[in-house]
Amino acid sequence: MTDPGRVIVIGGGHNGLICAAYLARAGRRVTVLEAAARVGGAAVTREFTPGFRVSAAAHFLHLLDPVVSRDLRLHAHGLSLARNGLRTVALSESGTPLVLDGAEVVAGQLSPEDRTALREYERRMRRFAAVIASQHSRVPPRLGSGSWRDVLAAGKLALDIRRLGRADMREFLRVATMNIFDVLEENFASPALKGVLALDGVLGAQLGPRSGNSVFNMLHRRSGTIDGRPGAYALPRGGMGAVSEAIASAARSAGAEIRVSSPVAALLLDGSRVHGVRLEAGEELQADVVVSNADPKTTLLKLLGARHLETEFARRIHHVRMQGNTAKLHLALSSLPEFRGLPSEHVGERLLIAPDPDYIERAFNPAKYHGFSAEPVLEISLPSIHDPDLAPAGRHVLSAVVQYAPYDLSGGWAAARERFRDAILDLLERHAPGLGSRIVAAELLTPVDIEGEFRIAGGHWHHGELALDQLMMLRPVPGAAQYAAPVTGLYLCGAGCHPGGGVMGSAGRNAARVVLEGARNP
Amino acid sequence: MRTREHFRQAVYTTPFHSRTAVANTLNLWHRWRDYTVADAFFDVGMEYNALRNACAVFDLSPMTKHQITGPDALAFMNRLVTRDVAKIRPGRVGYCVWCDDAGQVIDDGTIFHLHDNVFRLCSQERQLDWLHASALGFDVSIVEETHDIAALALQGPTSCAVLKRMGLAGIEQLAPFALRSLPFEGSELLVSRTGFTGDLGYELWIDPARAENLWDRLFESGRDYGIRPMGTLALEMSRIEAGFIQAGTDFLPADRAVRTDRTRSPFELDLGRLVDFDKPSFTGRRALLAEKTRGSRYRLVKLDVEGNKPAKDAFIYDRHRKTIGTVTSAMWSPAAKASIALASLSMPWGKPGEELWADIYYQKEMKWSRVMARCRVVDRPFYDPARRRLTPAPDL
Repeated sequence: MTDPGRVIVIGGGHNGLICAAYLARAGRRVTVLEAAARVGGAAVTREFTPGFRVSAAAHFLHLLDPVVSRDLRLHAHGLSLARNGLRTVALSESGTPLVLDGAEVVAGQLSPEDRTALREYERRMRRFAAVIASQHSRVPPRLGSGSWRDVLAAGKLALDIRRLGRADMREFLRVATMNIFDVLEENFASPALKGVLALDGVLGAQLGPRSGNSVFNMLHRRSGTIDGRPGAYALPRGGMGAVSEAIASAARSAGAEIRVSSPVAALLLDGSRVHGVRLEAGEELQADVVVSNADPKTTLLKLLGARHLETEFARRIHHVRMQGNTAKLHLALSSLPEFRGLPSEHVGERLLIAPDPDYIERAFNPAKYHGFSAEPVLEISLPSIHDPDLAPAGRHVLSAVVQYAPYDLSGGWAAARERFRDAILDLLERHAPGLGSRIVAAELLTPVDIEGEFRIAGGHWHHGELALDQLMMLRPVPGAAQYAAPVTGLYLCGAGCHPGGGVMGSAGRNAARVVLEGARNP
Repeated sequence: MRTREHFRQAVYTTPFHSRTAVANTLNLWHRWRDYTVADAFFDVGMEYNALRNACAVFDLSPMTKHQITGPDALAFMNRLVTRDVAKIRPGRVGYCVWCDDAGQVIDDGTIFHLHDNVFRLCSQERQLDWLHASALGFDVSIVEETHDIAALALQGPTSCAVLKRMGLAGIEQLAPFALRSLPFEGSELLVSRTGFTGDLGYELWIDPARAENLWDRLFESGRDYGIRPMGTLALEMSRIEAGFIQAGTDFLPADRAVRTDRTRSPFELDLGRLVDFDKPSFTGRRALLAEKTRGSRYRLVKLDVEGNKPAKDAFIYDRHRKTIGTVTSAMWSPAAKASIALASLSMPWGKPGEELWADIYYQKEMKWSRVMARCRVVDRPFYDPARRRLTPAPDL
């Protein structure tokens, strides 16, 4: 029994909401079921201590699909940027920070050779990132299907690479599978410059600078375009939650119904067809199609159950690498901190603690053996500088992405949380003396907290490592990489699918297209 | 496994070896999995004749055996194999195949439904890895028990009589594919009316410590009933006559294939009857449904070959001499008085009654010759006595 024309979307994260909006615009009756009390998933702004609000997981907008933004008229639905084109600051404990605006040095010391090399590096990486970006809106081809559509899709990828021209194509094919450490060694001398550039290769991933896939991870991070600025980092006014609210508003105005505080317990299966969901509260809802914004493991192994999948497919899903390694620190500050040697006009930029590639590699070492970094790497934002409503007047919030914090920490996080927080605060104090005395409140989210709060198995922001073996037609695994699960009536639309994580929305849009085409995985 | 040191020993003898070693006057042995077993004991033809006219004993201890138990055992088995295991009641045995996600046969075997949610799965190939991979999400325990159970097949027209003589009262009431546990010398003997010969016959499963005892009692009881030991070569003859397929001979197990077109689906092995699409989920279902719509690539057929030359490894041609397949198993069948073969043919060839040609190479006294033999596709086993299905079983 199904409810003809009814689509249920499990999870009101940005991808689920975007998928719902597109489906509603196409005339489907859509119900979004969000487990939390508000929409947004990991793109939410929340008050972590009275009066102080911060983006709870993702804290920069840099990947949002421009087509989604335009199609859903997100600006009309309230999306505005408090700041676009954030500069990158390499913080320095010795008081000699480096401030970069793309390929240009705004402040700090850099040799003429490195400056020249940086321009060429930025030019190339921007072109390479554009190749990655051009794949985002496409449904990945199925390997070995022999169908003309799949051959065409694979051909388009080849053509995009060919269009780089001979020299850049060769360089792209050479570096795409390299590690970022080796690429940076080829190009630069400055440890500080190599440090911040290396960080782009490892953020959000179980990678060190010398790990394979780190160049690809860097290109993926750069593949966004915000308000016409490729590779830019922006702060949405009201935090990342405002992005989700704008998408939710677009979805509602298109006719989608959004129910919060409605966690789904299980998918309803009629023989080999999914025909609805059962909520944790016991209510059963029927639908023609169920689209899941939850991660692949949660959707397929928990909500559906491995027994309803075929053996090899279930095993592939089980082996998707999706253990988070990234923590999030939120600080409420009584006043604006000062960082060593950094002019105050740059404090609101994207501040990085990654003084050199070896520092990052050493920070990564313990994570290989289920330990956290004694001296972590940080990506810091003080969004209240650009968006004063996030904190009481004169006060500020600091949001930091912290690595490395492995999900499966030896001995568990309960015992280690305080020590890790102290390690981060010590490090911050060394870069910003007096910061500790300004702290009004602090919150640390480990991957285990992220798993619990955002219902992401393993607490991985991207619902799975962004690695070449988990990308495109391999994301999450072959057999589900075209958004249709190998169970009739079930689709995936989250970051676990192509083109992956970050607040991007392409997966939601692509999944909606597949649902509307009624495409099925054979 | 017997011990954790099992790997130090490459090959074992079976629990019956003290007896088979004496019986094997030819001293012909080969390796079957972890064990040494007899090709033949005294004369392949005479062993075959004993099987078809009296009874013969075959040591099948090396058969790979698994015990599958737990609250989800039935659900697990049903997800594993293509047929509906719920229809194999406790106390029954069922023949089955299992496939990979692409619907290609990994192996065939028998499911013994010993009790509620207690199964024994016998397979030709090792399957522990696949069974464990398939156990994700199921509350089951899977133990390989190959070394923990000794087994003999007693097959042939006098087999029931021998068991009765041995003291298994009422054994004639055991229906085909049924099993029964009986007391035996203070221990337990599991008897199933199963076999690989296409005749009336039984398989006897026992604690290895009692194995020699069982062998001795069987041969004592069978003395007046023509009982003989039988090696693998005689068994091979009987299984071809019965039309049974063998992994690694008539099809390539899917998990061993490198080339995807070398594997076969159940439909392509003439085992479509074992595929139950009413079951909502089993591994291979989606691919097999697609095959149902699209059509199969191959067909496994039985061939009645003209003349008396075994069509071993022969190419099969259509009437235009186009190569359409190959023979996978072939022999001169003493029972059918015919040259018979199993062959894998490309579709659409191989409909019952179709006339084809077998290109046979054969050797006589070091001289190779070649004959193009007409053959006909048949849809019945070459050997299929009524007693195989009778209950009560004839006990002479």
